[in-house]
Amino acid sequence: MACKFCSEKPVIKLTNNEEKLCRSCFIKYFERKAIRTINKYKLIEENDRIVIGISGGKDSLSVLNLLNKYSKKRNNKISITALLIDEGIKNYRNYSIEDAKRFCRENKIKLHIASYKEETGKTLDNMKKHRKDTIACSMCGVLRRYLLNKSSRKLKATKLATGHNLDDEAQSIIMNQFRHNISLSARLGPITGVRKDPRFIPRIKPFYFLTEKEVATYAYLNNLISKFNECPYCEESNRFFVRDMLNDIESKYPGTKHSIVASFLEVLPLLKEKYKNQEINTCKLCKEPASSDICSACKVKSII
Amino acid sequence: MPTVYLEKEDKTVEVNELIVSEILKSLKINPTTVIITKNDELILEESKLSKEDKITIIPVISGG
Repeated sequence: MACKFCSEKPVIKLTNNEEKLCRSCFIKYFERKAIRTINKYKLIEENDRIVIGISGGKDSLSVLNLLNKYSKKRNNKISITALLIDEGIKNYRNYSIEDAKRFCRENKIKLHIASYKEETGKTLDNMKKHRKDTIACSMCGVLRRYLLNKSSRKLKATKLATGHNLDDEAQSIIMNQFRHNISLSARLGPITGVRKDPRFIPRIKPFYFLTEKEVATYAYLNNLISKFNECPYCEESNRFFVRDMLNDIESKYPGTKHSIVASFLEVLPLLKEKYKNQEINTCKLCKEPASSDICSACKVKSII
Repeated sequence: MPTVYLEKEDKTVEVNELIVSEILKSLKINPTTVIITKNDELILEESKLSKEDKITIIPVISGG
């Protein structure tokens, strides 16, 4: 029972090909795979100003760690700034914010914090108290995407990097299929966006081909977070159901999540072509980009 | 018997099984959703434990 590449003790068995890797071979594998994704899909170009959207959880601190190394190797020609979104979730986000602050302080990375409280006057906990029947994730997802885009544009970012992994992408693909929301799938992929618009900062996903377990292993081996935590509201979401379903299938048929994403990438160019002329409006209330007269974030603000 | 600390539930249980994958099965935990450590080192699901071993099961899903 040794590592595939050396005689060291393995720390992980990869699910898509059953290879066993030791600590140092896994870290090399992980970083090479992320950098191959960056290169293959041209996620980063010279002189890019990358803002990394972070929560302080395993995915975002791992992508921050990787891009910090990536930037240093290129003599800081690519600038990086961390942008933390504080939703205001007691006994959850406060822990990961401390991990994020510690990491940025130790690595001398600029950290900008934006919060739901500052944007809407309420924390997510308060919104949920007021709207008991509304699923927290439906308000949270809208506000997070809105704040990430608006704040990274203010920070003059050319790209917004997130810690989305293969599991997240496979879940989004399946959720859009279940709800017949194929136009939303056109916005997925390693680099998001159907058409260029200066109001939208392109989002890049260097961990597109890495599983959640691989990201957690990388975060653990690099001592990036103090405690693995699950959002207290996640059981309310449809994503939670799809995530468990996919994990059940994956344990019976290893490699399923990779296949879902690989199949999706084959049809993604056709989806982008089909939806390339979708109109982008301006929200009457906040002047941010919107799919109708009022953007989704302002609709959430009006009900909380 | 090996002792298992479940980080998500913050509780410790004793189990009869000695192979990690069998422990996960008996606790109804999907192996793709966790990482497992012994003495702060990651171990594989096929690892065999001794009766005195203590392991920790850490969820990899953070949500949100």
